Amino acid sequence: MASVLTFTDSGIYCPAGNFHIDPWRPVPRALITHGHSDHARPGHTTYLATDAALPVIRRRLGEISADGIPYGERRRIGAATVSFHPAGHVPGSAQIRVEVAGEVWVVSGDYKTEADGLAEPFEPVPCHAFISECTFGLPVFRWQPQPMVMDDIARWWAANAAEGKTSILGAYSFGKAQRLMAGLPALGPILTHGAVEEMTSILRAQGYRLPDTIRVTPEVTAKTHPGAIVIAPPAALGSAWAGRFGPSGEAFASGWMAVRGIRRRRSLGTGFALSDHADWDGLNTAIRATGATRVFVTHGYTAPFRHWLETQGYDAGIVETRFTGDDAEEAEA
Amino acid sequence: MKTFAALFAALDSTTRTGEKTAVLTAYFRTAPEADRVWTIALLTGRRPKRAVNATELRLWAAEVAGIPDWLFEESYAIVGDLAETIALVLPPALGTDSPSLADTITALMRLTGQTADTRRAAVIDAWATLPPVERFLFNKLITGGFRMGVAQGLLTRALAAATGVEEATLAHRLMGSWDPARTRFDDLIGGDAGGDARPYPFALASQLDAPPETLGAPGDWLAEWKWDGIRGQLIHRPGAFALWSRGEELITDRFPEFGPLSDFLPDGTVIDGEIVAWGGTKPLPFAALQKRIGRKTVPKTLLASAPAHFLAYDLLEDAGTDLRAAPLSLRRARLAKVIAALPPGLPLSLSPALTFDSWDTLAATRATARSEEAEGLMLKRATSVYHAGRKRGDWWKWKLDPWSIDAVMLYAQAGHGRRANLFTDFTFGIRDGNELVPFTKAYSGLTDAEFAEITRWVQTHTLERYGPVRKVPADLVFEIAFEGIQESPRHKSGIALRFPRMVRWRRDKGVADIDTIASLRALLRTAPEGPSAPPDLPEDI
Ligand SMILES: [Zn+2]
Ligand SMILES: [Zn+2]
Repeated sequence: MASVLTFTDSGIYCPAGNFHIDPWRPVPRALITHGHSDHARPGHTTYLATDAALPVIRRRLGEISADGIPYGERRRIGAATVSFHPAGHVPGSAQIRVEVAGEVWVVSGDYKTEADGLAEPFEPVPCHAFISECTFGLPVFRWQPQPMVMDDIARWWAANAAEGKTSILGAYSFGKAQRLMAGLPALGPILTHGAVEEMTSILRAQGYRLPDTIRVTPEVTAKTHPGAIVIAPPAALGSAWAGRFGPSGEAFASGWMAVRGIRRRRSLGTGFALSDHADWDGLNTAIRATGATRVFVTHGYTAPFRHWLETQGYDAGIVETRFTGDDAEEAEA
Repeated sequence: MKTFAALFAALDSTTRTGEKTAVLTAYFRTAPEADRVWTIALLTGRRPKRAVNATELRLWAAEVAGIPDWLFEESYAIVGDLAETIALVLPPALGTDSPSLADTITALMRLTGQTADTRRAAVIDAWATLPPVERFLFNKLITGGFRMGVAQGLLTRALAAATGVEEATLAHRLMGSWDPARTRFDDLIGGDAGGDARPYPFALASQLDAPPETLGAPGDWLAEWKWDGIRGQLIHRPGAFALWSRGEELITDRFPEFGPLSDFLPDGTVIDGEIVAWGGTKPLPFAALQKRIGRKTVPKTLLASAPAHFLAYDLLEDAGTDLRAAPLSLRRARLAKVIAALPPGLPLSLSPALTFDSWDTLAATRATARSEEAEGLMLKRATSVYHAGRKRGDWWKWKLDPWSIDAVMLYAQAGHGRRANLFTDFTFGIRDGNELVPFTKAYSGLTDAEFAEITRWVQTHTLERYGPVRKVPADLVFEIAFEGIQESPRHKSGIALRFPRMVRWRRDKGVADIDTIASLRALLRTAPEGPSAPPDLPEDI
């Protein structure tokens, strides 16, 4: 019997349905897990993604021929049946379930197991084979619960404000930025970089509950908005753009910030370990919950993680990808 | 450790010197007395005796974390710091309170000599009860290697602000051998702790990158060879004879040749100079001295083949008087007098001043440095005081330009610590006929942006993986600079480089343009003869 999914030069492929999942080369039919640029690539003939993911994908890719699907709805493509299930990664993100002749494979896309209050919470999907990301597939990555991290960030924000400093928080503009604004207490005005505001307004229009934000324009300064937090893409940290706020505290919110050496590489003293990917325990729990016996790992520390899964009794393999970690221009973490 | 952990976190979260000084000053005003002493000890590289070794520590950590050893090692390779790896792999730290820094260290020291079971139980208990930062610091206390981003100058500045004692005085008082477990803060600051063998902080030179003409009139400067040895400070005071390395290590016993000096040097003499292996009229290549580094006892054959000699640069104390504030010209004159009064045959001589009437003459002299076994020249302003540490402007090192060649990257490996998620450690190949021979590794010299770009390239061009090492196509060419070159049978290419580093990424060049093993061998012939072991020591001045 042919494999439900195979791994090709263009990405993950389903022969029975003649479609690809998150392919990196142009293909006739692409099923997309979510709107991050290492998953939603331009140039495919047709796209299929969750209704919740499509607005961001359309904004990023421009004119595309795309179809939306609600979470959980089954759709027949050729001899395959596909459905999309919440991945908890960012708003609209999905795991994709593919069933062919009774055999079920699931492609996780990017996921995290902790509910963040914004993205549709992760749901384990029973399957025979599970293709799991493992961006943080080493036991040194163990996240603190979100409320604790938000508390830390809030304390940092308040301390900056008390010293008359603006807080500039680096966060990926789609997903992390909105998770932060939704999760932080209302200590002051929330200012946004244009790239963040663009994503925020799309999600707000979709009905995600997000607080009011003010787009940074030339008139917006520390004087007009004292005690503000500015949420900006990581690249804006330390830039002339950030300089306009005068005295400021800068920090970066990312899973990588769990490691001191990586934090220091950015010469940013302050880092908050907040990730939209599963940590070590999250990966292990999620994989166990699928009931799968075959697991393929991709994106991240694939070699040690595969070896670890083998010692846990799984039939494990690696799916190579064009994109890993910091690779994509906005590879979220 | 709450206050110490808060200090650590505050220092770790800023790169601004002003903020660090303020945080440290506040700490020295308010922290418990014993904690202050231990903090100074840790920041000056003194650490408690190791009660638990690193092997035990990683074993226990893997056990508590429930992961196999190989997975622990994979994690360590990414994190790059043992103490941090352990802190991270353990189940989440839940504690909120902890004993003081001094109490923690005392408890740790008491573990010395206890059974493995007792030590294991104590360490695992601490892991379970300490909050996250404290848990990391606790491991650091055991593994050593504390780097808190506090330079000596910053420490003395903060202490001076907190105590009102002058910086230079403090810097001297913190040197030498004092035992933090037995030293009171007031004694340390008041100068009653270190004893008579205490050295002065070394004055350091800055790299001269501009042409020497920018320094003004040649007549204002003293020039001498920049010797390639171990910087040292020789102290003879009543009842004390000591040799200190620049790393504040007491190395008197490693160089027994200097013993007789204690019979002839006047009491109250402190000399700054360079320890070299001596060839009779000039130093032997550094590789000869290297055989003696790290040896606590020296076999007779080595004493004969690599005899140590002290080339004196400067006189810091004369007849018990601190001369550091006097001008260099005066210190040198008194140094010459002290040395002239010694009987012949002692392993101590004046590092000669080089005469020159123009910068051009001096440049010509500098070009002959390699044949003198020197790395280049030192330029010191004749009126300069003996600064504590590095103060730009008065002392310059004017080194020979490094050699350089173009080579192609063959293998890449991820860095450690700060660069854990970038490929930064490369192995380079050079052309040998139709083959490419790996001949050196280098891991510094590029910008973070360049490393990031190369990392992306490596990720998409990996040909093969050997553990953490990736084999890549021979496409990227780099200019590699180095300070020295030696024959080395241990290396495939037969050659070892000293201090290799990347100076630039030659995007304009391809693998066809790189240098050949023949051109590298030609450089070898111009290099001074030397034994084969490639030195691997950090630069000493
Ligand atoms: Zn993503
Ligand atoms: Zn991704």
